Order: sequence, then structure tokens, then C-alpha cells
Amino acid sequence: MINKTVSNVQEACLGVKDGMTFMLGGFGLSGIPENSIAELVRLNVKNVTCISNNAGVDDFGLGLLLQKNQIKKMISSYVGENAEFERQMLSGELQVDLIPQGTLAQRCLAAQSGIPAFYTPAGYGTEVTKGKETREFHGKWHVLEKAFKADFAFVKAWKGDVAGNLIFKGSARNFNPNMCGAAKITVAEVEELLPVGVLDPNQIHIPGIFVQRIFQGDKYEKRIEQLTIRKRD
Amino acid sequence: MALSKEQIAKRIAKEIKNGYYVNLGIGIPTLVANFVRDDIDVDFQSENGILGMGPFPYEGEEDPDLINAGKQTITTLPGASFFDSAMSFSMIRGQHVDLTILGAMEVSHNGDIANWKIPGKMVKGMGGAMDLVASADNIIVAMMHTNKAGESKLLKECSLPLTGVNCVKKIITNLAVFEVQNNTFKLLERAPGITIEEIKDATEGNLTVEGEIPEMLL
Repeated sequence: MINKTVSNVQEACLGVKDGMTFMLGGFGLSGIPENSIAELVRLNVKNVTCISNNAGVDDFGLGLLLQKNQIKKMISSYVGENAEFERQMLSGELQVDLIPQGTLAQRCLAAQSGIPAFYTPAGYGTEVTKGKETREFHGKWHVLEKAFKADFAFVKAWKGDVAGNLIFKGSARNFNPNMCGAAKITVAEVEELLPVGVLDPNQIHIPGIFVQRIFQGDKYEKRIEQLTIRKRD
Repeated sequence: MALSKEQIAKRIAKEIKNGYYVNLGIGIPTLVANFVRDDIDVDFQSENGILGMGPFPYEGEEDPDLINAGKQTITTLPGASFFDSAMSFSMIRGQHVDLTILGAMEVSHNGDIANWKIPGKMVKGMGGAMDLVASADNIIVAMMHTNKAGESKLLKECSLPLTGVNCVKKIITNLAVFEVQNNTFKLLERAPGITIEEIKDATEGNLTVEGEIPEMLL
């Protein structure tokens, strides 16, 4: 067994520098690496590029990095819930690449699996794929999309063990597994860090080979973005 | 009378057949789930990684690790499954999802759709919409026939940045049901009490009216 544990979030983020490209898991505020984001805010790294499906809300998630003007560029598919984001984008302070969600996921997966590029029909004929190579397969047009290159991937799982094996919960899984092993260093934070041999190998979602550093997060706020409920009859 | 959003959703629910896997977009499409008949087996896919999505939770039973693509708290039904985003879009691009229902700001009579950006005003992003419209065989657009300024949303050519080209097959609005074919909106049904003249006046793109056009059954 190769031990991947680091003692805390500070050690997990060693080597993080200005100008780097980060991948961050999560969909909305669900399954985001809360502790790693807090540490990136504390470290005050600047001019970073963030690959993340969303940009958090004004006062949580990646919104915290936006508040401190740490982000130079966002690569996302949907950024609708963040007023500060919109302000920085419209004023030109922040570069934004909006790309189709499936393309975002597949570009992570391609990086994880050593595939330099792939063709997808998503976005063909639209402004977001302008200038990209296109090719027809089976009578339908496709666009060539490239694997991401990133320095760090920050992911969040439900349970993990010291070997770096991960299990996710519910829809908090989202982009997290696709980002594991898709950057030079993958940092996994978990709600519960277990010794090896506790997790059933049949239930592992991501094998530890894709993870370089793992730690148990101090606390999880797990904020709900839109509480929707139904009445009991 | 023109349909309410709920009535549009009710009419669209009739398009869902037994055994369908369905992806519902945000807005009117989300309401469709409320109107599917009990005797029809259907699984709703949420592109953030759920198949077999259920209704909203009861108060106190909400789970931050269980949300839909609109970031609303939801539940799952027996037989549900969770998966990662890449697999979710394998289901979508691989055409394993049978039906996609989504909203639109504009649709053109050749089946182009625009629903993700108003330059200089609103830039929220496309989310999964570009993957959905580029891949799905069966796409239904659910929308109001005209915008807030009263202008037609069924156009010769979209003026807003496109989400996808030549992809919309069917449109259900508060006034009518159309099929998109051969560069025309082919009128299939009218909302109860709505005349063909009213539909013509509200439709900027090419419109085809053949024979008797029945009223929708709701």
C-alpha cells in the first residue's frame, strides 16, 4: 500500500503558485472542495486559471477567490449565480471561456486517460467552437476538442482511505472523479478518512493511483444553493 | 385562450412514451414531470449525474449531496443511480437518452435554437444545452410564443448566439404545437380557442398550415 495521506490542507496545497491552472470538482455548491478552496484563499495565489463547471456564489465556493481577484481566467459551462463574477467578466477583469458541460467533463477525462483530443458534436456551428478543427463522421459534423492541462486538481469525496481510494456520495460525485489524475497533482479531500482495508474494493469509485494527496477536511458547510421542498399531504 | 406554463407542460407530458429516458431543462420543462401519467414508466435524467430523479424532498429531508441540474434539492426513486459528469454526457451524446425537453429564447424554421446568451446583457453559459441539442434525436422546445416585448420567438433566423444548428424537431408554445421540417414551422395543433390567424400573426418564420388544424387535448 502506498500512503497518500498528508496531515492537513496546508500540506495538501504545498507547491501551489501564482499563475497555475487548477481543476476544481463540484456542481453548483455540491461536492466542492471547501477546505482546499479556503486554503487557496488564505495563500492568496494570484492570476490563476480555474477549470470548474460553475463559479460558486458571491460568498461561497469559487466566489471567495473571485472576491479577492485571485482568478485570471475561468473555464466553466454555467456561471449564472454569481453577481461578482458577472461584474468582473463584463468589466474585462476576468477572462471567461464558456464551454459545453459535456465537453468540459470529457476534456477532464481525456487528460486523465492520456487522450490528447477527441471529436464531439457539441457546439458545432456556434460561436464557442469558432476556429476549431471540424470533421464529418457518419454525415454529422463534429468539433476537435483537446484534453485539459492543469497543475492541480482539487476534488472532494465522501469517504477515502490512506491509499487514496475514493467513494463519492449522491450527485456530489459530478466532475470530481473525472478530474482525478487529470492534473499533475490531484488533491482529494474527504469527509471521512479511513485506514486501508475498511472500504470494500468493489465499491471504490476512483482507485488511489489517480490521487497523490489525501486528507480529511476539518469541516464541511455543504451549503444548499436552492432549497426546494414539497408539502406533506 | 393561450396556455399557461403549466398547460404547456401538461401538453408536452403527452409526448413522453412508456420506457423513455428523459432529460428536462430548467423552466417550463421542469414542470413536465408533474403531468406524466401514472401508468407510464419514465426515468428522468439529471445531467449532474442522476438517473431516476424523484420529486422535491419533504421539509427536513433535503440533502446537499442530492441536487438536480438547476441546483434544487431533490430525491431519487427506487432503481435510481448516480454517476459522474463524463458518464452523464455519454448517456446524452451516445443517444441513450430518448427525449430532451428544453426552453429557448429563439428558434428558427430550420431548427436552430438560441437559449444561452444575450450579448451585453445576460451571459450565464450553456451548461449542458449544447451537448443535448447536438446529440439528441428527439428534441422538444417548450416556450412562450413571444418574448416580453411581444415579438415572435419563432423566426426565419435566430438573432442571438446559437446553442445548436438544425436540431429542433418539435415546438410547443402557449399558442400551438409545431413540427420543424423543410425550413418551415408546420402547424399541428392549436391551443383551445386560438385561431390560425392569431398564430400567423405571432410567427415570424415560415409557417405551413395544411388542412384542418385540431385543438390541443389537455
